[in-house]
Amino acid sequence: MHIVVCIKQVPSSIAVKIDPATQALTCTGSEFLINPFDEHALEAALALKDSAGAKVTVLTVGSAQAADALRETLGRGADAAQLISDPAFAGCDAWATSKILATAIQQLGGVDLVLCGKQTFDGDTAQVGPGLAEFLGWSCVAFVRKITLEGATLQLERMFEEGYEKIALPLPAVLTVGKEINTPRMASLKGRMAAKKAQLAPVTAAALGLAPEAIGAQSARTRLAKMAPVPRKTGGIKVDGADAAAAAKLVVEKLREMKLV
Amino acid sequence: MGINYGLSEQQIEIRNVMREFSKERVIPARAELDEKEEFPHALLQELGKMDMMGLYIPSELSGFGGGSLDFCLAIEELSRICIGVSVSYAANALGSYPILLFGTDAQLKKYMPPIAKGEKYCAFGLTEANAGSDAGGIQTTAVLKGDKYILNGTKQWITNGGEADTYTVIAMTDKNKGARGASAFIVEKGYQGFSFGKKEKKLGIRCSSTRELVFQDCEVPKENILGREGMGFIVAMKTLDTSRPGIAAQGVGLAQGALDEAVSYARTREQFGKPIIANQAIQHMLANMATKTEAARTLTYAAARTIDSDEKDVSKISAMCKLFATDVAMEVTTDAVQILGGYGYMREYPVEKMMRDAKILQIYEGTNQIQRNVIGAALIKEYASMK
Repeated sequence: MHIVVCIKQVPSSIAVKIDPATQALTCTGSEFLINPFDEHALEAALALKDSAGAKVTVLTVGSAQAADALRETLGRGADAAQLISDPAFAGCDAWATSKILATAIQQLGGVDLVLCGKQTFDGDTAQVGPGLAEFLGWSCVAFVRKITLEGATLQLERMFEEGYEKIALPLPAVLTVGKEINTPRMASLKGRMAAKKAQLAPVTAAALGLAPEAIGAQSARTRLAKMAPVPRKTGGIKVDGADAAAAAKLVVEKLREMKLV
Repeated sequence: MGINYGLSEQQIEIRNVMREFSKERVIPARAELDEKEEFPHALLQELGKMDMMGLYIPSELSGFGGGSLDFCLAIEELSRICIGVSVSYAANALGSYPILLFGTDAQLKKYMPPIAKGEKYCAFGLTEANAGSDAGGIQTTAVLKGDKYILNGTKQWITNGGEADTYTVIAMTDKNKGARGASAFIVEKGYQGFSFGKKEKKLGIRCSSTRELVFQDCEVPKENILGREGMGFIVAMKTLDTSRPGIAAQGVGLAQGALDEAVSYARTREQFGKPIIANQAIQHMLANMATKTEAARTLTYAAARTIDSDEKDVSKISAMCKLFATDVAMEVTTDAVQILGGYGYMREYPVEKMMRDAKILQIYEGTNQIQRNVIGAALIKEYASMK
């Protein structure tokens, strides 16, 4: 079985700034890490490799420094990695990223399963996984919390706010996973030493046969109008429940005050 | 900022692997492991998968093939966060050294690969109730009967006792010969007549397992002897010479960990309208702590490099680094508690545990008084040989 894991390198600091001119995230000077949900996708792939045997290839679309993230995945046990990088990809949106990844997966050939994190830590769209499934013409299940392989069929559990759904799905398929699925392993010493030596020449738009106008900023199907940080949730009002009668009285008073009752 | 210790690329990688592991896995676990006195099995299992359990074991025996300095760097990083975990880790090496230094090919091939992979743990059994500093006073006996040695006696305060599968044990094959009558054996958990005493309750390093090894007519195959009959004391002394920089590395790491906590607290704690680090009284304490920690590190790395250079006699430098680094650890952890004041005394902050943990370093693998004896004896020998 050949499993592809798609990862993104994201800034580790949550104190990234929004550039008022471009509305893009600026993260110069921050440290970078693998998008946390993608680490769970990699772990799910490595767990399948351990239990059933598989080749695991990791793909990322990013700048040259994303090679560090790929080396980390090789250190953890991935068999191969591709840095898909081209100045022409600058400003590409979720649609274009999905297109690029789907093209790379088609070019690899013989891929049975694609695993992605359910969303990224920075862009937060949760669109790339389902998007590349669309380009590949494969089934997609998002928010997966458990994967077992029975022959050529995946037995899955998909998360909901309350409870979960059991799904049987034939391969090939694209899955996106959440943090509930596993605890990502750390890279081994031998793995890290070997990964340092790995050659990660960038795979360009030309190598994938993608015309520059088909990807990148000019091809973007979405336009970013404004970006703003999500307001922090406030604590709300806490009512001490030790004295039930007094607490109930207080709640009713508050509700009346807010003209809700 | 940093000091150039001339570490190789591999050594820096070893340090990074253990630093990240300690931060990601040990920090969230250490207080609970201490509180529950729970052996850090899950952490050691993960270290096994990360090639760290076999760091000091040759690659042909499924290890990583690292040297003493490689191993010290790993112990130092783990000790920066918790020496209860790091002693459980490093005691595998203490138990393994007798086999690595004196084992036959067959013994090496049988016992070392599972230890290198972290599938089995190892422990060293030397100390007894009446044979601590005076290792010559060992009462456990081994009598050859046919193709088996019959062991009788009790080993005390054995780190990794009960958790380990492989034990290297010193017992007397000829009591009349004193130290020359001791021999070393490999004893497997599960051998008839081999059992464990209760888990000891300790001041510090509480997550580590410390138990008695009880031998009652325990049958050990004749081929499990290490070296020859009568070599037990040499096996023990060479083992300790090799392992002592590891204890020094625990001291260096622990002192560094305490310094880390003290500096970060002093920068944020405000009294009289300014952070307490603005006070010269605090700065001077921190400066002493940092300088002593660095001096301990330098001596420890020098000792480890001496061992890695295959120097024949390493007793003196090995005792010196153990003595110095562990005294520094006790002092620096005590000062860290002082800097954190009332908060430092509370279990909510990690420094009270660090101070409790530090004390054992001055006691185990030869008390610091015994280290001075070793250094003194080496000086006498050294100067006597001068013309």
